[in-house]
Amino acid sequence: MSSLILSAATRYLLPLLLLLSVYLLLRGHNLPGGGFVGGLVGAAAFALHCIAHGVETSKRVLRVQPRTLIAVGLLTAALSGSLSLFAGRPFMTGIWNSDGLTILGKIGTPAVFDMGVYLVVLGVVLTIIYSLSEE
Amino acid sequence: MNILLILPILIPLLTAISSLLAWRNRSLQRVFSTTGACALFGVSLALFAVVWQDGVQASQMGNWPAPFGITMVADLFSALMVVLTGLTGLGVVVYSLAAIDPERESFGFHALMHFLLMGVCGAFLTGDIFNLYVWFEVLLISSFVLLQLGGEKAQLEGAIKYVTINLVSSALFLTAIAILYGMVGTLNMADLAVQLKSADRQEMLTTVSVLFLLAFGIKAAIFPLFFWLPASYHTPPAPVSAIFAGLLTKVGVYALVRVFTLMFVQQSEQLSRLILVAAGLTMTTGILGALVQNDFRRVLSFNLVSHIGYMIMGLGLFTPLALAGTVFYTIHDVLVKTCLFLVGGIIYRLRGTYKLSKLGGLYQARPVVAVVFLVPALSLAGVPPLSGFWGKFILIKAGLDRQAYLMVAVALVVGLLTLYSMAIVWSEAFWKRAPDDRQAEAPLLPTAQLHSRLLYFIPVGVLACLMVLIGALPEPFYDIAGRAAEQLMNPTDYVRTVLGRLP
Repeated sequence: MSSLILSAATRYLLPLLLLLSVYLLLRGHNLPGGGFVGGLVGAAAFALHCIAHGVETSKRVLRVQPRTLIAVGLLTAALSGSLSLFAGRPFMTGIWNSDGLTILGKIGTPAVFDMGVYLVVLGVVLTIIYSLSEE
Repeated sequence: MNILLILPILIPLLTAISSLLAWRNRSLQRVFSTTGACALFGVSLALFAVVWQDGVQASQMGNWPAPFGITMVADLFSALMVVLTGLTGLGVVVYSLAAIDPERESFGFHALMHFLLMGVCGAFLTGDIFNLYVWFEVLLISSFVLLQLGGEKAQLEGAIKYVTINLVSSALFLTAIAILYGMVGTLNMADLAVQLKSADRQEMLTTVSVLFLLAFGIKAAIFPLFFWLPASYHTPPAPVSAIFAGLLTKVGVYALVRVFTLMFVQQSEQLSRLILVAAGLTMTTGILGALVQNDFRRVLSFNLVSHIGYMIMGLGLFTPLALAGTVFYTIHDVLVKTCLFLVGGIIYRLRGTYKLSKLGGLYQARPVVAVVFLVPALSLAGVPPLSGFWGKFILIKAGLDRQAYLMVAVALVVGLLTLYSMAIVWSEAFWKRAPDDRQAEAPLLPTAQLHSRLLYFIPVGVLACLMVLIGALPEPFYDIAGRAAEQLMNPTDYVRTVLGRLP
């Protein structure tokens, strides 16, 4: 069941949706959004691709195993929390770059934690979707 | 030393992540898993040493002061439970290196095991009632997957019952938290302890405390909420059953003790009769169930239920000595139950069945297995000089002091029936002639190499030695239990350490 319209549209929608998911991730710092929603939108982008082009192609586009995304996401989140331990503060204390970076602005470990959440959500949802559509 | 409070959670997390990253490489996963379990055990001992020397430790997560942030806190009871988690975790991981099949290993057994350990440690260390709920979910979700990993028919059947009843329990727990938060507006357990003393609607608090009793009672498998346990614990492979039996019900017991000694002190006096009745019925129904079973692991599952009753009995009596008994009995029970389920795995490996009627002749063929079964079995029944004797002794002494003679009588009779139940297993599996002569002559552990035999026997042997050690030298362990109970009965230190002041 392949539809020309869907597969042509997906080619443009996939990068747009991924961009939106990253936007939501970064916006979530002070406004509605965040890693969880961003991850869901990102997963929705790949789910759309999976419907349009099939599981195998979608997996090839993703390049990494969803499982690896979960592991890397968890690692990112755990490390963002542990960083404060090296500074002699309790676990999960936010550490901030007060000068700010050029594009992102003021950034700290909570944003890194959110990126971890993004990756975990993306990985978990894609693991579910891929194993369901393979059966 | 607040880093020690977070390491028992971080180490299993990092181990699980490394196992996930090394998904395709089973031998690397085994290395990570063993290293992680060793590290967890070492850290838990260090945490215990610090708490023993310097008293209650607390750490405010994210540097948010209590009661606004989440506090991690370890008093002696928590630290002791973390040590037991580290010990059984290490034992079971070593055992599983030989006992778990490659399929289960390649579907993430090691990662799941460490997520489970993380959940258990988190539940023991958190000082926030909602965070406790979160850790319960972490350990439950890991246990759901571990329980059905392998996808055998019996496993799925057991998993459905297990998952359903645990979801009910979680819903009750969450409802209780919501009502409590609505009443006093705080979730920090130390702060709750302070606020609840002066809360104006005490009758409402009784309702909430009963909700907690129900929710944790399901997790701890006390009467009449235990039916899920014998229906599911005998289905997964031995290492999984062993860690479930050793740790998961004790998390329920821990939560009951924590909630009723810290938060609902007045309610626990009102409810003490109810708790005692539940304890007595848990003991009796559990052991009566065990007597009629013909499956090695189902006998153990019912015994597990039965002996939860002893720990709850200590809580119901609610004296310092009785709580010391609960703590002592918990140490003993974690060791015994883990050990017995692991021995069950060895027997299955030898004979390919758990049916008592089909087993036999093991004493003649494998005296070592017989010894490592006999030590925990006698300890479970409370035969001196093993660990179970002292646990029962303290609890019965406490019962006599409170003049709870009926309770004491029940505890004694159940101890006797436990001996009978273990004697049945002994005579069926070990003493009688093997029903099938070919089986008796077949080479035992035919494919097992020496190192795989060592992996089977070292954890079991160490656990059995510990039981003998506790039995022979109960004094230091009683000291630990006594001091832990003192802290539980008088939580001033706990509250002061968490809140940083004493209101």
